[in-house]
Amino acid sequence: MEEDKPKPRPIIRLGLFLISHSLLVSVVCCTAGVLSLLLLPVLGKNTYISENALMPGSARPMLTNDDVSEGERFVNQILSFDTMSTGMEIPKMITDHIMDLGGEVNHHKFLPQFNKFHPLHFFLGPDAGTVPENYSCLSYGVNTVGIIRAPRGDGKEAIVLVTPYNSLKITRAEALSLGIAYALFSLLSRVTWLSKDIVWLAADSRHGEYTAVASWLRDYHTASFGDLKHSEICAASNLPEMKKMHNGFRHAGTMAAALVIKVSNRSTEFEKDALTIYAEASNGQMPNLDLINIVNYLAVHGQGYRVKVEKIWSLLNAWWLKSLGQLIEMLGKLAGSLNPQWNFGIPVSEYVECTATLASSLYNQALGVPTGPHGAFRDYQVDAITMEISPKFSSSLNNRQHEILLHVGRLVEGVVRSVNNLLEKFHQSFFLYLLTSPSRFVSVGVYMIAFALLVAPLPLVAASLFSDATKSNPDAEEDKFACKPASTVQPAPTSTSWKWLYAAKQVLIVHLWSAIVTLLPYFVDQIPDSSPTTKLSIWIVLSIITLLFLDLFSGSSFPSTCRSRDTEWTLLKSVTVAAAFIGLCLMSVINFATAEIGALLLVPMCLTTVPLRLDNKVNTLRALIRGACNLIFIFVGFPPTVFFVLKGALEGFDNMRFGDFWNWAESLWSWNSATYIYMYENIRLNCRRQVFAWMSSWWYELFLGVLTIVIGLHGWVKIMVMNGVDDGGCPLDGRRLRLGCGDFSWEQVPSRTELDRPERSWTVTELRTCMKRISLYSHRAQMIAPHMFFLAWYLLRFLMGASNANGREVIDSRVPSKATLAIYCRY
Amino acid sequence: MGIRESIFLLFLILISTYESFAKEGLAEELNEEFTEGLLLRPLPDRKVLAHFHFQSSVPPTRTYGRHHHLFPKSIYQLVNKFRVREMELSFTQGRWNYESWGGYDPISSNNAKPPGVELWADFDVPLDQVDASWKNLTHALSGLFCASINFLEHSTSYSAPQWSFHSFAGKLRYGTLPREAVCTENLTPWLKLLPCRDKAGLSALMDRPSIYRGYYHSQRLHLTSDEFDAVKSNSGIMLEQTLTVVLQPSTLEARAMVSVKTLQPSWSLSSLFGRKVHGRCSVSKSSNVYVQFEQNLVSELKEMWKESEGSESGILIHDDFWTNPIFEMSASPHRVVKEVGNLQQEDSSILYEFLVEDYNDSEPFDLGLRWKLPVAWLCQQAPLRASRFLMGSGNERGAIAISLKSSGINNTQRVGCSEKGSLLSIDIFQVVPWYVKVYYHTLKVFIDGELQSTMENIENMHVSPSEDKVSPGVMEMILRLPCGVKTAALTLEFDKGFLHIDEYPPDANQGFDIPSAVVSFTDFQASIGFEDNFLNKLPILNELQERKHVICYTEVLLVPLTTPDFSMPYNVITITCTVFALYFGSLLNALRRRVGEEERLLKSKAAKKKGPLTSLLSKLFAKLTGRPVNPPETPSASPSFIDYKLIVKVILVAGMAVKLFRSSFQLN
Repeated sequence: MEEDKPKPRPIIRLGLFLISHSLLVSVVCCTAGVLSLLLLPVLGKNTYISENALMPGSARPMLTNDDVSEGERFVNQILSFDTMSTGMEIPKMITDHIMDLGGEVNHHKFLPQFNKFHPLHFFLGPDAGTVPENYSCLSYGVNTVGIIRAPRGDGKEAIVLVTPYNSLKITRAEALSLGIAYALFSLLSRVTWLSKDIVWLAADSRHGEYTAVASWLRDYHTASFGDLKHSEICAASNLPEMKKMHNGFRHAGTMAAALVIKVSNRSTEFEKDALTIYAEASNGQMPNLDLINIVNYLAVHGQGYRVKVEKIWSLLNAWWLKSLGQLIEMLGKLAGSLNPQWNFGIPVSEYVECTATLASSLYNQALGVPTGPHGAFRDYQVDAITMEISPKFSSSLNNRQHEILLHVGRLVEGVVRSVNNLLEKFHQSFFLYLLTSPSRFVSVGVYMIAFALLVAPLPLVAASLFSDATKSNPDAEEDKFACKPASTVQPAPTSTSWKWLYAAKQVLIVHLWSAIVTLLPYFVDQIPDSSPTTKLSIWIVLSIITLLFLDLFSGSSFPSTCRSRDTEWTLLKSVTVAAAFIGLCLMSVINFATAEIGALLLVPMCLTTVPLRLDNKVNTLRALIRGACNLIFIFVGFPPTVFFVLKGALEGFDNMRFGDFWNWAESLWSWNSATYIYMYENIRLNCRRQVFAWMSSWWYELFLGVLTIVIGLHGWVKIMVMNGVDDGGCPLDGRRLRLGCGDFSWEQVPSRTELDRPERSWTVTELRTCMKRISLYSHRAQMIAPHMFFLAWYLLRFLMGASNANGREVIDSRVPSKATLAIYCRY
Repeated sequence: MGIRESIFLLFLILISTYESFAKEGLAEELNEEFTEGLLLRPLPDRKVLAHFHFQSSVPPTRTYGRHHHLFPKSIYQLVNKFRVREMELSFTQGRWNYESWGGYDPISSNNAKPPGVELWADFDVPLDQVDASWKNLTHALSGLFCASINFLEHSTSYSAPQWSFHSFAGKLRYGTLPREAVCTENLTPWLKLLPCRDKAGLSALMDRPSIYRGYYHSQRLHLTSDEFDAVKSNSGIMLEQTLTVVLQPSTLEARAMVSVKTLQPSWSLSSLFGRKVHGRCSVSKSSNVYVQFEQNLVSELKEMWKESEGSESGILIHDDFWTNPIFEMSASPHRVVKEVGNLQQEDSSILYEFLVEDYNDSEPFDLGLRWKLPVAWLCQQAPLRASRFLMGSGNERGAIAISLKSSGINNTQRVGCSEKGSLLSIDIFQVVPWYVKVYYHTLKVFIDGELQSTMENIENMHVSPSEDKVSPGVMEMILRLPCGVKTAALTLEFDKGFLHIDEYPPDANQGFDIPSAVVSFTDFQASIGFEDNFLNKLPILNELQERKHVICYTEVLLVPLTTPDFSMPYNVITITCTVFALYFGSLLNALRRRVGEEERLLKSKAAKKKGPLTSLLSKLFAKLTGRPVNPPETPSASPSFIDYKLIVKVILVAGMAVKLFRSSFQLN
């Protein structure tokens, strides 16, 4: 029979070869994936300024000592305030100063947004936020917004400077940052080279820095004309003199970039002042690399700062990292001695630092929580970073005030001047990158390799499992062989090639449960006066109840044919693994870092898990080890465990509480992080694993995949619809079918004096354009649908067919080709 | 021969005598005229407004003929060729600051223009030829003024307002280029239209660096002609050229704050422009310089005067007022003109007139104003302050909001709003390019923060929706607001459209502009009446006296649209081609595959085994003939499909693919 069998085509042969050696391939790929992840610091490139129009440092800084002394006077005046009862003293002072400079000022009042997690939040877009019931006028935060109009500019664009300060209890550092902004503002109100307006936002951070900036941005982009009265009541009752100032919201065009300036109290241990750059925004979005580049360039070359980005400090002393660095350095030296041009090796210390920075960058992106007030800007497609200046000695804030003001002021002036030169918005440099140091980065083309290697084994394993399932079912095979020569249509194929559908159904049901569990925290959170610990336990109990209920409801979904339990679990595992693969791939498009970390956790889990009961039957050492690995992976993959382990490693196990996890998760969802859903899916999956690992034979393989599909969908919808990711291109992405005539009614035709001519023509044209839109969209849908169908079908066919062929079957492609023909003819 | 010559001579003589008679008969009215004037006005935010005004006029061709001494020939030809009835072209850089430079007076209504180029023209041609005339006119002006006005020829860039923007139905075309950079290459051709260019007269002050250093400059050219009116008594073609600049006087104490307590900067013509006036342009009929003190400033000065001296308030027009304790002028004015007809206010603005002809080379005219006491005042504001901004984020949709805010209490007591319950009518004209697809049914009107459910505030509205790649969307609307209104707002939602790749401008990532909307307050007249009737002869005062609506322009908006990544064509091409090749390859393969036959063929081939040499030969033969041949399968003993050649090939291909992938990303 072997000889008779014709040789399939090379691509299929290759596929079959890989599938039949899936264990080896997966081990090799995973190792390579992890290794290439560790090699990323070595592969990082030096940053360069990509946009020529920026020209950083080409002009001499104009900030003089006079401006700085103005700023100093300003700082001292702020610090001279003894009591700040209402929190309005500083805004008033800033207002006066800006008015003196000839700028425009307005005050923006806001209330802290109690950012309730809403289950459908991802689909709804940014809501106006809920206003708490019992607010007093004192609980208003007041942002002071000063605007300088560019003398000859057209006012289409603006640059935003943000200085957060606490209006109730201001520290010297915050006062310094205000002083820097003021010195700069007084300079910029005189210069003639401005072409973009300058907005100075003195953000009142009594409710948190991010809240202040985010609420100002929200009001900037969604002017709610109805809310005016609401806040004016307070303006009148509280501060009559402020009513004049509350002359509405002032706008200054489209924002080109934003800089958050902060001064830190903490001292650096270095001989230079340091500047820390925070860049990560929500859901792992990063500002354009050029913005970081110019800040870095100007800080290092212009003002002699030491520029840092966040790093995970505990990694700096990790022995394994050091030895790895030594190995890489040795290899680099070796390669360099062979060929002087191969100088990829970097010194150990640099490698360790790069890795620590990379890990922090990866962690912050994966978490999806912005690292500062700049994160709010990225939600509106504005590139923004936070610059935190820390002096070399902690006491030097007082003594070296003048110097700090001068240097930072000149630095920010240089950045503003560069951005001011921009004709187009930031688009030249990278948006997808990981920083390994302020002047080195890893671009998307490099870091995707690690991820691709990591997830590559998943489809292979799925296919090989599928073929195993078909192979080990002699009845079905006989059926198939019997029916083939007869070429009659029988229900027989259903039992073999379509049986994965049952597994898919299982996966779907579990997915349904997972969706329910994802929504549960919202309801749990409604319970008043409960500690995080009780909330977490309520949530766990509720999810277990729903699980049991669903289990009862769905029952045993596999048809009780002559199939053994072994086949069931292999099939189930293959479907789950395939779904996990798709989900991870989707996630990598949305938030690479989350997908990468998810892959690191999930892939080994997917590859190793085997039902415990099976292992128990065979009492070998190998089975025992496998079982142990299984349990360990499951335990490690469980998000709370990850959280506690990480936290313990980074901060020590001293003050560990059970409720911490709830707080953490709460913070995640209040930031709208896609990671939240991801994590909960993961929990669910692992719950299942832990509960069923020793009970059921196959259940726990389920959740892997579907979860990631949900994440994928959520993320897609969120990013495409809400944020409108600027990947400008595909016309169908997230564009909802919006018809001009949707809520059009004849009563709303506004004009009554000219009843005959213009309205008639207007509505007719409107209707015509509307019809055009409908036809356009339906046409697009028609065009896309069959293509998608074909692609999906061939993917499926390839998977199934390949595995079938492995089970000594020939691909029978006649049936699908007929089907495709039929479908193709329809379109 | 001789006879013919003599007849010709006679004819010539006859004609010339006739012409001379005619000229003598109508000497007063029918002659070319040129006047120049300059108006200076201190502004509350320590700046100075300088408004140059030049006017040339020519009598109609029928009576005067085609030969001109003063009137620019190019403009004359333009008018005659395209039959322009009225036209206005403005080049502007910077924004008019309505809050501190005023929004109610005639200067701001006429000369505060949107950034870039604005052109409107009214033609005296049949309706179907208007568009053609407009196209030709834009091209002619483009050549004349070294600007890209010809981009206005495309039908997507201009519109035909029905009634809101000047009332010429049907034959008016309006277009703006918000992104046009205005500089000296536009000023030079504009100056060439003046008889003295910038060599003599007031235009000699136009030192380019000092003009372009200012905060705002707008050069305007306004043309009226009734050449083609057969009925009316015609006055020929009138060309009005104005240049409005807002300058910051350079002061010694550069770092001084703009605080209430500080002194206004002192300035002189030479400190503002770096030049002095050495005399008038010799062909100009009049050449005057005016210094205007606004109404609010005058009342402020009077109060201060009263406080310090306790004397009468009429002191400002006293003979030796220029050495008063508040300010000092370097030259004595020829005359002081007071505003009349302003019934509501007891104080009225004052003009000090200076005659340039009194000065010459040896004694150049250098007017200076020095403040001795700090004074602060506010400009007259338009009844409502209009501003426009974008709402929403993302590349999909957004909304345009026009907000109108009451500028103060004093203005609501103005004309037409004296008693409660009366309505304020506001005319809004807005042109939106087609790729910003405005849904006019989403129009919402908020008054004092409350959404109006009915449309009763809209008195009249005319909308022509945009047509993709053909015409922009135009909205004209008359709003009726109650007099005591504090804030009013309009919002319109829009979808952002997609452009074809070749429709993007070179700097596509900058975003796309929505031109300024025009907001006019039809109940309010921006004009200043003057007491002396004979002054009406002076065109610069005519401009101030002309009764026009108060008009203001809103901001230009920048809409970021989805933009393809133009820097990555290579990536896009390679990736798309790969995807297409894979897809269609597999599709074709599946469609035209016959498995059964293939199997049979393979089996029969496998049955007869051949040696390696023969197989190689047959392969070669097949290659040469182009006939497909299947190599006989080598009976491999191993059940697995290890084929080392294949693996090497695959690794090679995979390596290349990875390389390609990486390089394509690195291109970015």
